[in-house]
Parts: sequence; C-alpha cells; structure tokens
Amino acid sequence: MNDSHYCPHTPEEISEMLSVIGVASVEELFAPIPGELRAKTFNIPPGMSEFETFSRMQAIAAENSGKMLNFIGGGFYDHIIPSVVDHLSGRAEFYTAYTPYQPECSQGTLQALFEYQTAICRLTGLDVSNASLYDGGTSCAEAAMMSLRITGRNKIVVDGCVSPFSRQVLKTYLFNLNVDVIEIPPLDGLLNRAELAAVLDDSVAAVLVQNPNFFGSIEDFTALADQVHGAGALLIGSIYPISLGIVKSPGEMGMDIAVGDGQSLGNPLSFGGPSFGFIAAKKKLIRNMPGRIVGETVDKNGKRGFVLTLQAREQHIKRHKATSNICSNQGLCALRGLIFLTSVGKEGLAELARLNRDKAEYAKVQLAKIPGVTVLQSAVTFNEFTLSLPRRADAVVAGMLEHGIAAGVPLGQYYEGSENCLVVTVTEKRTRKEIDLFAKELEVALCN
Amino acid sequence: MQLIYEQSTPGRRGVKLPASDVPAASALPDTLLRAEPAGLAEVSELDLVRHFTNLSRRNFSVDTNFYPLGSCTMKYNAKVLENAAALFAPFHPMTALLPGGVDFCQGTLGMLYDLGQLLADITGMDEVTTQPLAGAHGEMTGILLISAYHAANGNKAKKKYVVVPDSSHGTNPASASIAGYEIITVPTASYGDMDLELFKAAMTDEVAAVMMTCPNTLGLFNPHIKEISDIAHSHGALMYYDGANLNAIMGKVKPGDVGFDVVHVNLHKTFGTPHGGGGPGSGPVGVKKALIPFLPQPRIVMDDDGKLLLETANPGTIGRTANFFGNFGVMAKAYAYIIMLGREGLIRVSEQAVLNANYIKEKLKAYYDLPYDMTCMHECVFSASKQLEHGVHAIDIAKFLIDKGYHPPTVYFPMIVKEAIMIEPTETESKAAMDAFIAVMIDAAQTAESNPQALHDAPLTMPISRLDETKAARDQNVCCIG
Repeated sequence: MNDSHYCPHTPEEISEMLSVIGVASVEELFAPIPGELRAKTFNIPPGMSEFETFSRMQAIAAENSGKMLNFIGGGFYDHIIPSVVDHLSGRAEFYTAYTPYQPECSQGTLQALFEYQTAICRLTGLDVSNASLYDGGTSCAEAAMMSLRITGRNKIVVDGCVSPFSRQVLKTYLFNLNVDVIEIPPLDGLLNRAELAAVLDDSVAAVLVQNPNFFGSIEDFTALADQVHGAGALLIGSIYPISLGIVKSPGEMGMDIAVGDGQSLGNPLSFGGPSFGFIAAKKKLIRNMPGRIVGETVDKNGKRGFVLTLQAREQHIKRHKATSNICSNQGLCALRGLIFLTSVGKEGLAELARLNRDKAEYAKVQLAKIPGVTVLQSAVTFNEFTLSLPRRADAVVAGMLEHGIAAGVPLGQYYEGSENCLVVTVTEKRTRKEIDLFAKELEVALCN
Repeated sequence: MQLIYEQSTPGRRGVKLPASDVPAASALPDTLLRAEPAGLAEVSELDLVRHFTNLSRRNFSVDTNFYPLGSCTMKYNAKVLENAAALFAPFHPMTALLPGGVDFCQGTLGMLYDLGQLLADITGMDEVTTQPLAGAHGEMTGILLISAYHAANGNKAKKKYVVVPDSSHGTNPASASIAGYEIITVPTASYGDMDLELFKAAMTDEVAAVMMTCPNTLGLFNPHIKEISDIAHSHGALMYYDGANLNAIMGKVKPGDVGFDVVHVNLHKTFGTPHGGGGPGSGPVGVKKALIPFLPQPRIVMDDDGKLLLETANPGTIGRTANFFGNFGVMAKAYAYIIMLGREGLIRVSEQAVLNANYIKEKLKAYYDLPYDMTCMHECVFSASKQLEHGVHAIDIAKFLIDKGYHPPTVYFPMIVKEAIMIEPTETESKAAMDAFIAVMIDAAQTAESNPQALHDAPLTMPISRLDETKAARDQNVCCIG
C-alpha cells in the first residue's frame, strides 16, 4: 500500500537524501541500535484506507448504546454545547499548535488562555488562575499539594462528600509523600462540621470540600473558611462550574483555592475525556501554583502582548524542585471552556444555572410522588439530588438501563449503608416529557 | 487585538438557551446565592466568531507552518482522526460504572482494551493502562507502580532514589519527586548519553528506578542501554522508559526487549493526535507482568467469552490516577491512527522520521556546531556556539525563523548543550519543505556573521515584537481586571 499521504517521500527523494547523509540505505541509519536488541516481532495488523478506518471506528461506536437518556452525573454532565465551540476550537491554528513557548507566533493561544484565566477568576471570585490542569480529580490533588508547600504541614482533611473518584485520585497522588489524609464521613449528605472541628488543628495544611457535593447538596462554607483560617490552614473547594451561575462563589465564601472539572463548560462527555481541570487561587498563592500561567506584558514598542510567565516554578526549569510535574495540559479543552462561557455570557450563565435547578426541582417533585421514594436530604440542591428508594438502587438502575434510561448513580458502592440511595442528575437538556417518562419508568421498575 | 472583555456590551448574547418547560423553582436562600453574576463577556455570536477566528490567525501551527519543535513530535494530524473521535462524544463515562453498565459500553471499553494490546506490542510490554492523561502523568503513574512493586516486596523503606541522566526531560525528576523519591542525576559522557562509569558508581540497592529516554533528548540511541538495564536490575531497581521519543523506533526495537519494565507513551507525539496549543495529551503506561497487580483501577479486563469488564477491587492497586478512563477522545484518534497506518505504515513512520532528521543534520552541520556528531534518530541537536562568537544567541535565530514563516526548533534544551537548537522534522514533512527550512537556517547563520543586529531585531513581521518577560513576571497580571 502507498502510505505516502503521511510519509511523502518518493523513492528518488529517499535516494537523494541517503546520498547526502552518506549511507546506502535507511536501515543503515538504525545501526546505532545493537543487532541483538532489534525487534523480533511486530504484530500490528496491516493498515487500511481512511474510509475503512472511519468505518471501523463507526462500528466500534455502534457497539455502545448510543441512545441513553442520561440522569447521571458524578463529575461529568450532559450539557448543551453551542455550535461555535466546535467550529472555533476546530480552527487548525489552535488545535495543531503546541505550548506557546514562542510568544510572537503564538499570540492567538496566549491571548485566548489569558481570557480563559480571566473567565475562571471571574467565575470563582478569586484572583489568579492557570492555563489548565488535567481534570477534576487531579486538580484536587494539585491543590492539596500546593497547600502542603505553602503551609509546610503534612495533613489534608477531606470531606467525605467530595466525589469518591476525586478522593481516590488525591490518595493516589499523596500515597508516597508521608501525608495523612483524614476523611470526614458525611452526615445526611453534608459535611459533618462537628467532626471536622475535632480534627482541625495546626498540623492541617488544607481542608477539601466540594460544592455541590457528590450527593448534590449545596453548602455555605463561609464560616468554615474562617474556622480553617483560624487553624492556619487553607480551604480548597472542588466546584461544579455551571452552578456558579447562581451559587455563591468560592471567593465570596472565603476559600483560598477553587478547582474542578471543566467538562461541563463546552466539552463533550466523550467517555470521560478529554476535559480540563481548572484552578484559581488568592493572589498571594500564585508562586505555588502548578502548571503554565499566561501573563500580560508589553513588547519593546510598548504594545500589549501575552507570554508564559513565572516559569521558574515549572519542571522544565526547576526539574525535581518544580511546583508540579505537569507539562502538557488540556489547553484546547480550556479554550472550549472559554468559548462556551463567552457564548453563554454573563446573564446567560445565570439563566442556564437556574434552568438546571428548575428542571431538577421539577424532577424531585415528580419522583418523590412515587410510593416509597423520598428525597434524602433536606439540604438545598442544584441539579443533582439523592433519592431514597424502597429497595436496593443498583438493581433498579441495572433494570432501567435495559430500557435506555441511566437513572442515576447508586450510592451503595461508594458509601456503606447507602444501598437504597440514588443520586439523580437533571441538566437543562432534559425535557419535561423526558423527566415525566423517567418518573413513570422508575415507578414501574420499583413495582416489579 | 482587544480582549473579548473589552468588546462586551451589557445584555448582548452569543447563544439562545432552551426555554423552560417546567415551573420556576424557588430562589436559592441568600446564604447560598451569588451576589452578582460572574463578569463573563457579553457579545453576539458574530463578534465571538470574528474574535476567535482572528485570534487563531495569530498562531503558527502544523497546518500552517513547518513546526520542527524538538522533543514534541509536531507531525501532521490526519483529519479523519477528528471525525473518528467525534463519534464517541455522546457516551457518558459513568454508564460503564453503573451496575450492569459495561454491557452498554462494550465498544468504548473494547477500543481501550485493543489500544492497550497494540501499544503493548509496540513497546514490548504485557499490559497497558490508558488512564494517565499526559506524558508526565504517565511518568508519575509509572513511578507509583514501581513504588508499589517495591513495597510489595518489602523494600519500600530501602528504595529511596530515582536515577535520571542530566539530559532527561524536566518532567522525569519532577514526576519522581512528586512520587516521593530523591533524585540522583548522572552526567552525560562524550558519546552523548548517560556516562556508564558514573552510572555504575551511582547505583546502589537503594535505587528504586532508572528513568531513561531512548533515543535520548540528543536524539541518540544509547549503545549501553542493555548493560544499564542489567546493572539496574542487579540492584533490584526497575527500568522506566520515557516514551517521548518513541517515534524513532517503532518496529525497530521494543523497550520491553531491552529490559525496560515500565513505559509511558505520548499519544499526542508518536500517534498523530493534535497538541491543542498545550494539550490534551494522553499518556498510557505499559508494564511488565510483575507490575500488573498494581495497575490503576478501574482496570479493563476481558473474560473468557471476550466480554470487557471493569476490575475495581484489586487490593494491590495504586488506586486511581484520573476520574474516569483517561483522555478517551485522544485515544480514539491514536487508535484510528494505528489501525490506519498498520504494521508497515508505522515502520515507515519511524524510518522517515529518522531519515529526515539525519538529512537536516548533514545539511546544517557545516553551518552550526554539532556537539555530538553521529547518526541521530528522529531529532538532532545543534549549538549556536559559532553564532555566539558574533553575539547571536539561539533565541535570536529562533526569532529570525519566525520572520521567515517557520516555527522555531526547541531552544535551550537539552540543558547540557550550550545554546541548544533541537530540530525534529518528523516524517510528515516533504523534502521540499525541509530544503526550504535548511536554506533559511543557512541564511540565519550567514546573517549572524554579516549583520547580527538583524537577528537581534527579529521578529519584525509578527503582530508583536519581543516581549518584556521580566515585566510579566513582576506584574503578575494573569487576569483581566474590571
């Protein structure tokens, strides 16, 4: 097969190049690899055409159930994505560039990232941000490590209401660093504040909470921030960014660092990625931030321009003393986040957040009408809430999947004693008709 | 160009949201309510489209310019890969984690499993986890796996060090440090790789791992790699392979055959997925059998009937390194790339990547100092030391190239080469494109002698000239106020 579409040389060009190099064959160029180390097998199947490749990928996608009515969240959310997001982030000048090391020919990426950082700061009510981290879980871990560096302490207190996935990622990151991770078991789907107060002392570097939390509850952490600061620790919040259209921001609550997963901001579900992690912090913490940061400056003619700044924090300069090992980030996904937020706009984000809450509240009422079903928490919720079912949620969910409805996330596998609990997510994409259908199907499933 | 926030007009909208078909819920209580909406820009759809389209035009990219950024493998990104990845946009990752959910995700789980098998064959490993989200994330995952292996063998307390050559990527020591190790750095010998004698002297039973990039960041294949691996193993240390330079060796040599125990692969480099202005990448990690018990969860496994399942309760696991299954969309592109090119195509990729780098090296070595003058693999590293005699630095040559329409090579890396200029053409560039680049590099060298000021002044054709980086670091203005 002729593969010259990606490897363009003709045989004549290859000969010409070999003679310039002064070798007889391409194979000779591999002479530095000792013969006994050369690959004995290479069992990759033969290649195929572009058309056949795409057909194969279509066949793979078709093996998944494409038409699932989603009432699941758990960190990834099925939101609208305005058409401009695909079209503009699909500009090849953005997506086939790399990290903007050379600012003069990368102002497009650099200005976009500066605007992204601005959007994240304004959304979170904090002062500084970076050019993105990997995802929600790893951004929790990066924020925790940041707090260890800042305070010089070695204990992280984690609210058990934080996503179990993010908690697991955090523990994996910290597992070799002699850091104590203390988890506070939830109390009725909320932070157990008495238990937190009991462990909060001057050995704690940070307290990590999530808003809304894994159960869907929203909490005001303003008083907690004062309490945490009183112990000399930092308060880190993992935040669902769409909720910030209406919910009190991390900055307003006095949090020091806000992180979260940016998938909901214009990135498709895509079986879990790519999305991006965001991070924002109080200004005084900037030198301990991980990852790339874009800063504003001027050129030699006084013209405004943007550049990667404070690079002395980073691995390519500081090596093992860097604030993080991150190099590639999720820049294109962050760009999608910026385009999404700009498309929706200031009032639009508030409207979108209200729409999510309206739909979820409607669903809550409809679902609670089903005999034996109650809404577990009395707390205020955003677009997720926890139901208590009259029987085990896992069997109910498995049964409803067969009918094309992903009914929610059963809590039993994450919280002992919660086998009957189900976390339901309702985004703006779910119509009243779909919610009514869901309520009907759930009632049927519970009768069976 | 104006910032998008400077074009904002109150009340303007970029998209129409769905109308509500349900009753309005009660307002949030004051204690939970945001005081003011977030200060996002308010622009029309056309304003938004013009802004980002015009911003994009201020970028060099692979699709618009030759981009020989060494160590980053900026090859052409086939368009069909974008279409392939878009097929998977609707699939929610939580579905697979629901009871009975794997039945509805056999396509996506199967693709990840197959990709793991293909990467295992390419690298000579036994199993691959696709969870790590980028190369450095793979490094950290790999070192944590090594740590778990040593702990399981009762050696956790004893194994304190990770050895890296001084030519390594900065991520190697940073990742090992985050994973809890102290770093031993071994200098480079005259043959362009880690000094074998100094390495032997540094090795003790307290070393947990040796991290190598092979070919290394000078683009050279280490002739002593097997011996290094044998020595490491004799001290109970494991060998870690930084896959950043895998593009040079596909089908030619497998890291697993050389003695490496853990490998990460940068899908965005070798397997043709776009770099996105900084990411997303994807950094799957391959391991030898002895490390399988420690792989991250959920682990995708196949039962006897060929059905894909998720293993979530392995007691030895290092846990979870990301929330779900890794950067799936990136992996879909890489998978499509591998099956499209196939066995012969991948071999041809490595052959022509190596051919192209050697061609540029030969053509430019009369004009630029080549500190390690030998057959290179996929990239070659020059020094601007000759030009420095005229007061011209590597950065000046880089800026001159920008004026001529070329993205500069990587400069000042690896750090062991003074005024380094690291060129990686990749296999997708034509001879004509490289000849034009070579001519401009020669022009730069000649201009350095005849008119060094011209290089100091560059670039002149861009929207901005050289920036005051000190001011950026001092002001720390990283967010538009207002």
